[in-house]
Amino acid sequence: MSSWPLLSVITFLPAFGALFAFLARGEMADENIKRLALLVTGLTFFLSLLLWFGFDYDTANFQFVEEYAWLGGNINYRMGIDGISLLFIILTTFLMPFCILASWDAIQHRVRDYVIAFLLLETLMLGVFSALDLVLFYLFFEGGLIPMFLIIGVWGGVRRNYAAYKFFLYTLLGSVLMLLAMIAMYLEAGTTSIPYMLQNSVFGADVQMWLWLAFFASFAVKMPMWPVHTWLPDAHVEAPTAGSVILAGVLLKMGGYGFLRFSIPMFPVASDYFTPLVLGLSAVAVIYTSLVALMQEDMKKLIAYSSVAHMGFVTIGLFVFNQQGIEGGIFQMLSHGIVSGALFLCVGVVYDRLHTRDIDRYGGLVNRMPGYALVFMVFTMASVGLPGTSGFVGEFLVLVGVFQVSTLIAVLAATGLILGAAYMLWLYRRVIFGELTKDDLKEMMDLSRREKIIFAPLIAVVMWMGIYPSSFLDVMHTSVENLIVQYDTALAAHELLASAPVTDGQTPDVEGAP
Amino acid sequence: MYSLIVFLPLIAAIAAGFFGNRLGDRGSQLVTCGAMVVAALLSCLAFVQVALGGNPVDVHLLHWIGSGTFEVNWALKIDTLTAVMLVVVNGVSALVHIYSVGYMEHDPHKPRFMAYLSLFTFAMLMLVTADNFVQLFFGWEGVGLASYLLIGFWYKRPAANAAAIKAFLVNRVGDFGFGLGIFAIYLVFDSVSFDVVFAAAPEMVGQAVEFLGYQVDVLTLITMLLFVGAMGKSAQLFLHTWLPDAMEGPTPVSALIHAATMVTAGVFMVTRCSPLFELAPTTLTVVTVIGASTAFFAATIGLVQNDIKRVIAYSTCSQLGYMFFALGVSAYGAGIFHLFTHAFFKALLFLGAGSVIHGMSDEQDMRKMGGLYPHMKKTAWLMWIGSLSLAGIGIPAVFGLSGFYSKDIVLEAAYAAHTGVGQYAYWMGIAAAFMTAFYSGRLLFMTFHGKSRADQHVLEHAHESPNVMLVPLYVLAIGAVVAGAVFYPYFVGHDYDQFWGSALFLAGETNVIEEAHHVPLWVKLLPLAMGISGLLLSWWFYIKRPHLPAALAQNQSAIHAFLMNKWYFDELYDTIFVRPAKWLGYQFWKKGDGAIIDRFGPDGVSAAVDYVARRVRGLQSGFVYHYAFVMLVGVALFITWYMVRGGVAQ
Repeated sequence: MSSWPLLSVITFLPAFGALFAFLARGEMADENIKRLALLVTGLTFFLSLLLWFGFDYDTANFQFVEEYAWLGGNINYRMGIDGISLLFIILTTFLMPFCILASWDAIQHRVRDYVIAFLLLETLMLGVFSALDLVLFYLFFEGGLIPMFLIIGVWGGVRRNYAAYKFFLYTLLGSVLMLLAMIAMYLEAGTTSIPYMLQNSVFGADVQMWLWLAFFASFAVKMPMWPVHTWLPDAHVEAPTAGSVILAGVLLKMGGYGFLRFSIPMFPVASDYFTPLVLGLSAVAVIYTSLVALMQEDMKKLIAYSSVAHMGFVTIGLFVFNQQGIEGGIFQMLSHGIVSGALFLCVGVVYDRLHTRDIDRYGGLVNRMPGYALVFMVFTMASVGLPGTSGFVGEFLVLVGVFQVSTLIAVLAATGLILGAAYMLWLYRRVIFGELTKDDLKEMMDLSRREKIIFAPLIAVVMWMGIYPSSFLDVMHTSVENLIVQYDTALAAHELLASAPVTDGQTPDVEGAP
Repeated sequence: MYSLIVFLPLIAAIAAGFFGNRLGDRGSQLVTCGAMVVAALLSCLAFVQVALGGNPVDVHLLHWIGSGTFEVNWALKIDTLTAVMLVVVNGVSALVHIYSVGYMEHDPHKPRFMAYLSLFTFAMLMLVTADNFVQLFFGWEGVGLASYLLIGFWYKRPAANAAAIKAFLVNRVGDFGFGLGIFAIYLVFDSVSFDVVFAAAPEMVGQAVEFLGYQVDVLTLITMLLFVGAMGKSAQLFLHTWLPDAMEGPTPVSALIHAATMVTAGVFMVTRCSPLFELAPTTLTVVTVIGASTAFFAATIGLVQNDIKRVIAYSTCSQLGYMFFALGVSAYGAGIFHLFTHAFFKALLFLGAGSVIHGMSDEQDMRKMGGLYPHMKKTAWLMWIGSLSLAGIGIPAVFGLSGFYSKDIVLEAAYAAHTGVGQYAYWMGIAAAFMTAFYSGRLLFMTFHGKSRADQHVLEHAHESPNVMLVPLYVLAIGAVVAGAVFYPYFVGHDYDQFWGSALFLAGETNVIEEAHHVPLWVKLLPLAMGISGLLLSWWFYIKRPHLPAALAQNQSAIHAFLMNKWYFDELYDTIFVRPAKWLGYQFWKKGDGAIIDRFGPDGVSAAVDYVARRVRGLQSGFVYHYAFVMLVGVALFITWYMVRGGVAQ
């Protein structure tokens, strides 16, 4: 489409920056490396906006497609985006500069390595959302975890080894199964091209079940869904602030993206079959983790558990297979990416000053930090899903969607709205309100200029997404519609096939069949 | 003009909220009060044009949410009902803004307070001007947020913080029902716009839909869910517990939010949805019963409260009950009429109470008052006017205070409904009317008359409030006196049809308000008799025989304790909701996540691996490399296999 490979440039620009950081020498190296990283991530963001401006809203086909021969004939280097992946790319590039800014003073040792890890991580994350080849996707998907391990393991808190280990165990299981499934898919399809598998229903119903389960193992851990969520609180608690932001903001979205890119369109029959399982687990997640969040004494853990609850909404939305549900699910992922990222940044602000995340150690911060109190309030309300903020649109659409499918799940999930308000407001009250009695808190300074620069755009986006969400929803309409149509056709075809007499021997001629 | 009415308060809120430091205290007050006065005057203009002139207006602002057939716009819909609410909201809000300049004189956070007040007003205006359910929900939650912020305004007080959270959460329980109602509406009507839904409602009569495994009547389900929302916001029985606690907020807040405007949102919503409620008779019955029970129940508690603001808070709760049972018997005009007059006299009472508290160095306990009349004559007179209006005092066929007209028409309508629940509502209302007069009198006598029980030091400093506080009271007092007589013909009298236009919907052939004018004479006179006897009894109890109340309380200690503890609702909810939720949360965390998932999941594996790994090598740095190794091996295997097979495939 465009004459130069914009998508690849965006994807690999951060890696290129990492190379420069690697080569940087001199006395001011640390400072310069941080500036370089800010420049590179900022440039990546602006380039990614070009994707948005050049994006054609009216087609469900992949755009900005690049294809080069790689590894012989069938495994190719294929990149491209559609209405589903575009906004995830923007989310990633948007969050990265804030991560660099948030680490400006917090990270003092091994700055170069830290920056390199982050820049590589960005390349890998962008790759996940733009890869159109199974092998390429797998490399990006699993490769992205390595810098994350390092970020937790090297710059993390006291129990970082335990956290990294838990993360490792969970993801290992999923990735091994996914790899096996991908090999099986290649066997079946004869190619690793994702668009090919999307356009042709390649897999038989029986095969779909196994493939679906294998992918589910990987994506469910990434989301994370109950009961494979326990790595997340530990990983968040131990990760440095920027690590938490990326983890909650982008890495968790890979699971949801995976469902949309693979499970639902490629294995529709299995998706349909397993829907009750997904909805059930999600509803449990919403209530269970909300209750657990209520009892947390560690700020980051509380927000981590709330993430699991919010992701429960996402999986519910994706698996009700109607426009409101899926668009709500995607919107909720985008919103959660910004809001929970911002909440972790909020925790980071006070952590940088007092070096503890214990809720009990705080209290009465509003007396010294009114600006901080305001910022924290905005994101608390966005997390609670107050109308007018981004959090509302996603949750509301998901619930609108699920109510059409199952009132029971809708009622259960909607209790999350009450519980969500309970744990967030209680957190806010314990940290921000009350008398300022603790001596070390009396020295706390309000937001610095750097911190204000971080939060202002985040607040603007949260409000924008809440007041005029059409800017974002319009991007995904066509792709989501197409996804649903294909899904419905595939299911109808399957039912026709299942109901047709076996002895007939004729394959019904259905659109979309190979 | 209509956009200006709605957005002026928002602009003022932003100005005072974000630039309060630069504007200074005085600047913030000027900006917010100025904006509100302009908005209030414009609202009156809108009232003349829309309500009296009969020209409903729709203003489209912006597209909001679109997903499939789910379409929502930001829009303003202004018909008679909205115009009435505009006058109430902006009128009271402007007065409260001005009053706050005096009341919050010694507070260090004036700009923040003014910003919150304006923000609240904006949200409330979005609520009343909504032309679809989702925007209504936006305003609904928005006023909840403002209420939360204002109740907890004095953030250093633990009680204020607790009350703020309680208010938000109980309202969320209501919103949970409201939200489900909206989802059900979309499911059934494929739209959330008022016009479309109301037009299609008659086709849905008698249709059933599946809900939680049961087949239920569509309209009954929807209206019941919506009513749960209304119960939360309007503090009706079972979801009322937050309102009395909300008195922790500054008094102007109580007047504006917890008396005149926000708590009436539920009444407004049910009235707005009259095309749905009218077709769901079962729900109307429930509305009547809940409303009547609340009117009675809250009045009983009001009898024994000692905090001056809590008495008025329970009174508000009780009066909201009146409004609801008026709606329940399809007398929407009467319900809104009572809402209208109630806004005047209840805001007057709260602001008057604020004036007392202000003059008494922040004392709220009536047991430490008494005999204040000489110190604050103007406030006392104003409170008397408000209380008499609340008690519904007037001279039949000549003139009455506002409450006299609105309360009477509500009760007459309940009687005229000629249904079982209508009778229940009438008698509950009569009983509540007696108690209303009693606690109003009790409040006046305990505060202003008899012997003073106040601290000598406090009494010495007791003073009348400044004019900036008194002038808003005068305006409200005028409303409390004449609003009933002036607007009676429009809301419920001769000009009913012309005034309301298409804003209200009635399913039946006969208008219950029409019937209400023809009830037996005793039905009309009984409320007044109750009002007068209640006042007399309170005079007897607190002036003539001041030892009687204590003796009675001792005599009937069980009943007294039951009332003092507010029918034990807080304790009950704590036992059945709060504690179990915390217990479950703790169990899930420690037992579920810790003892089961982690133990048999990662920690179990970890223990096993740890055992093996310790034999091989130190584990410290291993994970990443393990992982990278596994991944690379996987890819290598895949590629090798592909290479081998690749030749065959081609």
